[in-house]
Amino acid sequence: MVSSCISGGLHNTKVKCSLWNRNNFLPLNLFEQFQRIANAYFLFLLILQLIPQISSLAWFTTVVPLVLVLAVSGVKDAIDDFDLSCRLKDEKWMNVQVGDIIRLENNNFVTADLLLLSSSEPHSLTYIETAELDGETNLKVKQALTVTAELGEDLQKLTEFNGEVKCEAPNNKLDKFTGTLTLRGEKYALDNEKMLLRGCIIRNTEWCFGLVIYAGPDTKLMQNSGKTTFKRTSIDRLMNVLVLLIFAFLALMCLILAIGNGIWEYDKGYYFQVYLPWAEGVNSASYSGFLMFWSYVIILNTVVPISLYVSVEIIRLGNSFYIDWDRKMYYPPKDTPAQARTTTLNEELGQIKYIFSDKTGTLTQNIMCFNKCSIHGKSYGDVYDMSGQRIEINEKTEKVDFSYNQLADPKFAFYDHSLVEAVKLGDIQTHRFFRLLSLCHTVMPEEKKEGNLVYQAQSPDEGALVTAARNFGFVFRARTPETITVVEMGETKVYKLLAILDFNNVRKRMSVIVRSPEGDLTLYCKGADTILYELLHSSCDSLKEETTEHLNEFAGEGLRTLVVAYKNLDEEYFQDWIRRHHEASTALEGREDKLSELYEEIEKDLMLLGATAIEDKLQDGVPQTIETLARASIKIWVLTGDKQETAMNISYSCNLLNDDMDDVFVIEERVTYLFYFHKVVLIKHKFLYKPLILFWIFFSFRDARKKMKPESFLDSDEINIQFEKSSKKPKVLPDEQANGVYGLVITGHSLAYGLEENLELELVRTACMCKVVICCRVTPLQKAQVVELVKKYKKAVTLAIGDGANDVSMIKTAHIGVGISGQEGMQAVLSSDFSFAQFRYLQRLLLVHGRWSYIRMCKFLKYFFYKNFAFTLVHFWYGFFSGFSAQTVYDEWFITLYNLVYTSLPVLGMSLFDQDVDDRWSLLFPQLYVPGQQNLYFNKTVFVKCMFQGIYSSLILFFIPYGAMYNTVRSDGKAIADYQSFALMVQTCLLIVVSVQICLDTSYWTVVNQFFIWGSLSVYFAITFTMYSDGMYMIFTASFPFVGTARNTLSQPNVWLAIFLSITLCVLPVVGFRFLKTQLRPTPSDKVRKYLIKPEILQQHLRRLRRTSTRRSGYAFAHQHGFGALIMSGRNMRPKSPFATTGTFSPNIRKCSEKPLVGQGTRT
Amino acid sequence: MKNKMSFLQQEGEACPSRCPDNSAFRQQRLPAWKPQFTITAVLSTFFLTGMFCLSVGVCLILSANSIREIQIDYSDKCSDCSKLRENSSNWNKECLCSVNFTLKEDILGDVFMYYGLQNFYQNHRRYAISRSDAQLLGQNVNNSYCAPFTTYQNGTPMAPCGAIANSMFNDTFDLFYNLNSSVTQVPLLKTGNSWWTDKNVKFRNPKSYNLSSAFAGTSRPPYWQKPVYLLDEEDERNNGYINDDFIIWMRVSAFATFRNLYRRVRRIRQFADGLPAGNYTFHISYNFPVTKFKARKHVILSTVVWSGGSNPFLGIAYVISGTAATLAGFVITAIHLKLRKRKTYFQK
Repeated sequence: MVSSCISGGLHNTKVKCSLWNRNNFLPLNLFEQFQRIANAYFLFLLILQLIPQISSLAWFTTVVPLVLVLAVSGVKDAIDDFDLSCRLKDEKWMNVQVGDIIRLENNNFVTADLLLLSSSEPHSLTYIETAELDGETNLKVKQALTVTAELGEDLQKLTEFNGEVKCEAPNNKLDKFTGTLTLRGEKYALDNEKMLLRGCIIRNTEWCFGLVIYAGPDTKLMQNSGKTTFKRTSIDRLMNVLVLLIFAFLALMCLILAIGNGIWEYDKGYYFQVYLPWAEGVNSASYSGFLMFWSYVIILNTVVPISLYVSVEIIRLGNSFYIDWDRKMYYPPKDTPAQARTTTLNEELGQIKYIFSDKTGTLTQNIMCFNKCSIHGKSYGDVYDMSGQRIEINEKTEKVDFSYNQLADPKFAFYDHSLVEAVKLGDIQTHRFFRLLSLCHTVMPEEKKEGNLVYQAQSPDEGALVTAARNFGFVFRARTPETITVVEMGETKVYKLLAILDFNNVRKRMSVIVRSPEGDLTLYCKGADTILYELLHSSCDSLKEETTEHLNEFAGEGLRTLVVAYKNLDEEYFQDWIRRHHEASTALEGREDKLSELYEEIEKDLMLLGATAIEDKLQDGVPQTIETLARASIKIWVLTGDKQETAMNISYSCNLLNDDMDDVFVIEERVTYLFYFHKVVLIKHKFLYKPLILFWIFFSFRDARKKMKPESFLDSDEINIQFEKSSKKPKVLPDEQANGVYGLVITGHSLAYGLEENLELELVRTACMCKVVICCRVTPLQKAQVVELVKKYKKAVTLAIGDGANDVSMIKTAHIGVGISGQEGMQAVLSSDFSFAQFRYLQRLLLVHGRWSYIRMCKFLKYFFYKNFAFTLVHFWYGFFSGFSAQTVYDEWFITLYNLVYTSLPVLGMSLFDQDVDDRWSLLFPQLYVPGQQNLYFNKTVFVKCMFQGIYSSLILFFIPYGAMYNTVRSDGKAIADYQSFALMVQTCLLIVVSVQICLDTSYWTVVNQFFIWGSLSVYFAITFTMYSDGMYMIFTASFPFVGTARNTLSQPNVWLAIFLSITLCVLPVVGFRFLKTQLRPTPSDKVRKYLIKPEILQQHLRRLRRTSTRRSGYAFAHQHGFGALIMSGRNMRPKSPFATTGTFSPNIRKCSEKPLVGQGTRT
Repeated sequence: MKNKMSFLQQEGEACPSRCPDNSAFRQQRLPAWKPQFTITAVLSTFFLTGMFCLSVGVCLILSANSIREIQIDYSDKCSDCSKLRENSSNWNKECLCSVNFTLKEDILGDVFMYYGLQNFYQNHRRYAISRSDAQLLGQNVNNSYCAPFTTYQNGTPMAPCGAIANSMFNDTFDLFYNLNSSVTQVPLLKTGNSWWTDKNVKFRNPKSYNLSSAFAGTSRPPYWQKPVYLLDEEDERNNGYINDDFIIWMRVSAFATFRNLYRRVRRIRQFADGLPAGNYTFHISYNFPVTKFKARKHVILSTVVWSGGSNPFLGIAYVISGTAATLAGFVITAIHLKLRKRKTYFQK
């Protein structure tokens, strides 16, 4: 093991915030830019142009676009860089270094891996919430070494603290840490229980001190967050391939023309030397051909125009701004607008096939709400109107007024007034119900200010239950190891706590045994219905039925249910029991077994009290969003660090899983049972364990697949054939269609095995056939591995969405990372590409913004390639008529300005404003999203079509003017077939044709589009007439030789007739084909556009979502043991709770101590 | 009123600092026209275009047919001269050749006389750029644009310089009308044949008290028989760079086959209505050697119409396109009728 020594000391590391500063921006940026292959290519062209024998165009044709492009990119880089440096400055904690001692306070965010030294709590316990880290919502407890706990908050001692920590090298294991602390010559072992990892939040602990062990990128969290890779979209990659293809095509054209030139020079040019001697240094036709190759490279380079890349960036930037500006993705409560943090991935948003989502904080709000309950056969929680109809609860529904209770939590909301009435009337069962909730739990109270109670619960469910009891008048106020203080309807009572029968995963219930001030002995129990129903007294049978009905109702609404029961205990029996309990708990052997036996003995013949229903609050609109996304045939995978139980529960409540599914497969490592039975064998032969599990999981996957698609096992199956053929694994798996709708649940360990080399293929094949995949107890790194796996085997675009630091890795790995912003931690947002405050905005991001971006980008590329092919290939045809002499068809100025001025704005206008259907319709018909996933709007085939259309247009554009001008004269007998007139005519034709083409492509004509299109044409004529004017000729004689051409040519009727004919021939076939295509093979958007926008259709499609689940879901108990033992031992109790014994409200006596600044550390 | 106020306030509260503007542009709700390919639009486009093209095509063909044109290829008819010209040492030997032809009908209206060249690559890039516009504008500049015909070896600059000027077409034509054995020279106009802009803007003689002094210090291009200031000794305004023949030659053609306006028939006396029927003779002074590179020379007499010269291409192309568009319109109608019943809505 590599060990690193930490013994304090200063490191001076400077973070280089900015890539460049003001002075060196220009040279550095230019250097950066010329590293881009495209810009380098244009530099190469520029150099070619400087060779006189080759130069076929004036220098400005390349320099002007290049300078413009470099300027635009440079400005964009400058802005981006400015943003970057601003962002970095925002981050605190930059200066934390290994060896620092840091003071943390309650609710602080831990930003380095710390060794816990001491804390404010007894026994230097520190409570942390790890939701950021693993998605679990329960509190966890950490404890410092006794030797360091002594340091307390004595700054003097802390400053003098001089120890040496030896630990393992930074790694990504979140649950493991080994090291030693050498202090005053003695060695102490360190483990994970003493570590506060970056990403945790301190809870319920006033202060604590920690020694930085790993900082910055060395922290376990950052080690888990994977590499930051530069993301490129699939269109980018396709574009690169296409550009290479075009280069090949360019080379081919140049080669043909070069050979043509060789032949021409040999056949004709050689004899024409009387009038035109060969250029200096050219002594043979073949050498002339060679030079002409390069000349044509210069002329034909516009097939790959430099403005392509800049335009693409501008379009993406524009579409990113729309995301930033969208009010429908703005979340007012947190004042958080959506943000496109990466401006280069927009169109990819329109192609998402897989969504990987975190659960806690993404799908759910991480808030538990006491929502409903059933007390003694009566259900509370629903609100009815006068006629007895149930009312949907919304913000306007009147809340129950808890003002009678001064200790009530103002944030608690309840709508059913009858329950308060019942409490106020003093209904015994209701009182007992709430008394139970206020007693039976392991919550810790905190009352810093009189009446301002804060509960620190191990699980948020418990907190919700205790808070409910508190509001209804049963305020849990304080606890000591032996007592629980409850204010019951304003009257303070101190119950004696005799035993906590704590929760564990097998028992699925917890009980407390208390003695009331009156002296009654009672056992209060709460637990999962399935378990508790077995333990009830037979007299409760009728009540059981009623309660079951209510439970079903609650479960149907996706609430987490819990059954509560009580039992009055016999004094004598209890004394006996408690004695045996004491014996068992001190037993050296088989303590656990003995204890659970005892627990079972006393927890029987319980009296049913009722049931509670807790809502794990989903974020708004999650089920609807998930349904919409599913209808867009996006597959959703939930990757959570949470337990299988909770994960599945949430999946059901947000409609990911439902009863309409044909089956939900659960892959878990049942081998643990296997292991249990074959303990003896396996302990002896441990090496058998892993193959056994692998074997088991392999077959679980195969079973699932067999059910979903039996024919995938046939030899005739496509993938199997692929397997047979090549020894290597197929790189990309085609999509397989299952015979129904299936879900898959995988637990963390099985996933770990599934991700191994030989199983991953099986995992991908099976999982990708399912509509929904849930992975539970997944580590951050595994999240990334899962995403990586799908990326590896599926040709699909993936999106990862999450809010916490544990999602960073998958956010970075996926093609698109989305962070939920507005939460406490910023880790996910900082590494994301897009961020917004609510999960439900995802549908708008994908179905509206993504789709539009994709369609716009595709339309742009199609048009762009078309217009440049049409533009450039005319030179190619002209080569055959001009002795292959690299003569251009157009005026050089036209070549310079064509892409930059004449045609750039209309296509930009289209790519920024076009909407085939508006946002309502794209959300209403998620099917519209599917073509993007299948890459239908721009791929190689489409490109080839564009190319052919371009070739066709160029043929028309050359040969119609050629035919019309051939050997003819004007109507006054003067020249018209001269080179300049021909050039003007062809370029006018071309410009009108491409403008009409953009009109055909534009389906959403805003004022801006009109302005751009008409403006560009007017600008063309204006510039042309200006450049061909007398004045310009007099000043710049050499640059504008076309003087008078516009006036002389464009006044001729036959010129306009030729122009009209070219336009007709270029455009009319396109109109015909497009129309027939919408008739014969309509795209989804064609179909939608056929609808008349009628309100009734809108209504018809806005059908309401109904949950049909009847699944009973349990309570989110912690995975490990509860805090019961801690409470009973009193280890986590403060010496004295300030208000524990006061029943009346007294003035604030506690002084607020001044708190040192956060993060103020002393160095060892 | 009060309600409205509070509503506004709420709006303001709901949208604090970071809330995006509610402008139509930012929310992508700009009002827009959303045209669609409807059957009516498409069919009317096709049929209207078809009809329009057909009618234009017919007009063009009819008017092109009314053109009278006589084209004479004299490359072979003057073979003696062309042989003589093959040897460049004979450059200053004069060679005359005459070509007879008969007009069966009168050619009425303006008659234009062209010379035509075939297979002469005026559009070759190096040829087409080998000129100095500044020099032709009368400016005294030392130009490198004219390569390879810039200066003589002794340093004397050529005026005009460049390959185009050097290769200027220098055959001359005289047309004689033979009526009852009396020979009348047909009066021809040698000016007003070029673009106004060329004559008045693009070409200017260097300023000096007379033309020959203006060109002092320069020398004629190597293939020329006389210096530029002697191109037209009769007409001061048609001499030097602003000589019409020179200007027309300098407007290089787009293709290797082209015709340039040489003279117009002056409509006086018996030629007031054009050229009467009868026998004519071209007297050609054959100076321009083309046989080496297999070019051919023509002399052409032609009238023009509103659509220009005697090129039938546009007319035919229009007729074909019009027919095709109309037929396509019918095909589309047929397909549409066949498909009309098929439902293309979304199946939800």
